[in-house]
Amino acid sequence: MNKLILSTALLALTAGGALAQDTIRMGTEGAYPPYNFIDDNGEVAGFERELGDELCTRAELTCTWVTNDWDSIIPNLVSGNYDTIMAGMSITDERDEVIDFTQDYYPPTDSIYLAPEGDIDLEGAVVAAQTGTIQAGHVAETGATLLEFATGDETIAAVKNGEADAVFADKDFLLPYTDDGSLVVVGDPVPLGGGIGMGLRESDTELKAKFDTAITAMKEDGTLNTLLKKYFGDETSTY
Amino acid sequence: MFDFCADPALLDTLPWMACYLTTAKQVMFYQSFLVVIALLAVTAPIALAVGFCGALARRSHLAPLRWIGVGYTSIVRGVPDIAFFLFVPLALDQGLEYLRHKVKCPDWDMPIRQGNDFVVCAAAKLPQSGAAPLVHDLYAIALAIAAYAFVFGAFAAFVLSGAMNAVPKAQLETAEAYGLSRRQITWRILVPQMWVYALPGLSNLWMVLIKATPLLFLLGITDIVYWARELGGMKTTAYAYPHGDWRLWYFMALLVFYLGMTKLSEIAFERLGQRLSRGQATLAGMTQAKS
Repeated sequence: MNKLILSTALLALTAGGALAQDTIRMGTEGAYPPYNFIDDNGEVAGFERELGDELCTRAELTCTWVTNDWDSIIPNLVSGNYDTIMAGMSITDERDEVIDFTQDYYPPTDSIYLAPEGDIDLEGAVVAAQTGTIQAGHVAETGATLLEFATGDETIAAVKNGEADAVFADKDFLLPYTDDGSLVVVGDPVPLGGGIGMGLRESDTELKAKFDTAITAMKEDGTLNTLLKKYFGDETSTY
Repeated sequence: MFDFCADPALLDTLPWMACYLTTAKQVMFYQSFLVVIALLAVTAPIALAVGFCGALARRSHLAPLRWIGVGYTSIVRGVPDIAFFLFVPLALDQGLEYLRHKVKCPDWDMPIRQGNDFVVCAAAKLPQSGAAPLVHDLYAIALAIAAYAFVFGAFAAFVLSGAMNAVPKAQLETAEAYGLSRRQITWRILVPQMWVYALPGLSNLWMVLIKATPLLFLLGITDIVYWARELGGMKTTAYAYPHGDWRLWYFMALLVFYLGMTKLSEIAFERLGQRLSRGQATLAGMTQAKS
């Protein structure tokens, strides 16, 4: 144990030597394309990466990206492992009690069902959704049987191998999976959530103000709309 | 990696595969195997050292030391490992940050716990928020090693203390009759002889440690399980190399890796057992002497 304490202490000292105070650690899930994902170079990529980098430039902050499991993404923000969450996280009252949100950077979006065949009864079906998402909450309310998974990817796999009858998630996440024809959209789109915003610790009011200003600026000069169209297509909702 | 990889969509199966398997992301997957091996290589000796101290503490003549030894082994052996794997890194991290906060920012007037938030001053952050990503990774791994050493140290302490009790009492009594002090008996008679009795238990523990390495994934470290899941998942056209659900193949690779590790460990422990049995008054030692 002594050795351990010593090595940790040593690490603590050496880490203390490097000082660059304005580095903001941006937390994301890295498994929710096209919002955020790990590209083939092993880097965080997607809409939120590009938006986040632009916001940091405008707010004159140095930012680095950190990935964290969706399950523990809020607890790890709160305990200080990183400073922001940009992970396609909808602004909801429950989350707002624990963390703070900037204004939304993506207007409220539709969620859709995907299934192997079009003719299923969604009320009585087994529906896969990612744990702790507004979609999982919605499925629980509809009376369908909810099957939860830690990642979006696993919800797709569950439908493909027959474990679930349908999957319910953000439209932008699901639509690319219909490209090969193995899954089709079922039922009507469901508008959910209060838009997607950046999550921050409640005590971090100064940082929140900086990002809010940057988001407002991007909304006003149209760059945010350009970015939204680039990633989510021309028909996506804009500001 | 290769020149022809510029546009993967146009490639045939074979070159496509060659390009796919050499992307930077794949290389990170390969490197994560080294992380697991390095973790084992660092954790095992530390856990053994912790276990050794624990075993000595359990035998100590000083009552408080004995209580610590017995309490440590009993608690850790009784509580589910996973609770410690989640608790130790978190407690260490917040504990260290709390201490650094007290030392480095004495003038800080805000509470550290603000509602749900754990807020320390920037100078007390571990690692510093501006530190290189590598430092953050190493720090996370160091915390994980602490958790592994804490848990496996307790099991090792129990194994070693059992092994110490297995050394024939006659040996220790003879040493005493020759006028050796308690310390001399421990270090010259007891410790050199106990290893052969400890080996089966320790090799078992090593196997369990190998099998426990995927728990790294729980601690948010990008280990082989993380990459297997990440790379194996179905990839849409958002990625340069779209493919179906390949998790089966990736987990198969993990299976082969772990089986390989097991086989190598078995060979190594077999040799070690032979070496340690030499000249010992055990069945294996006697058989060796005869042949």
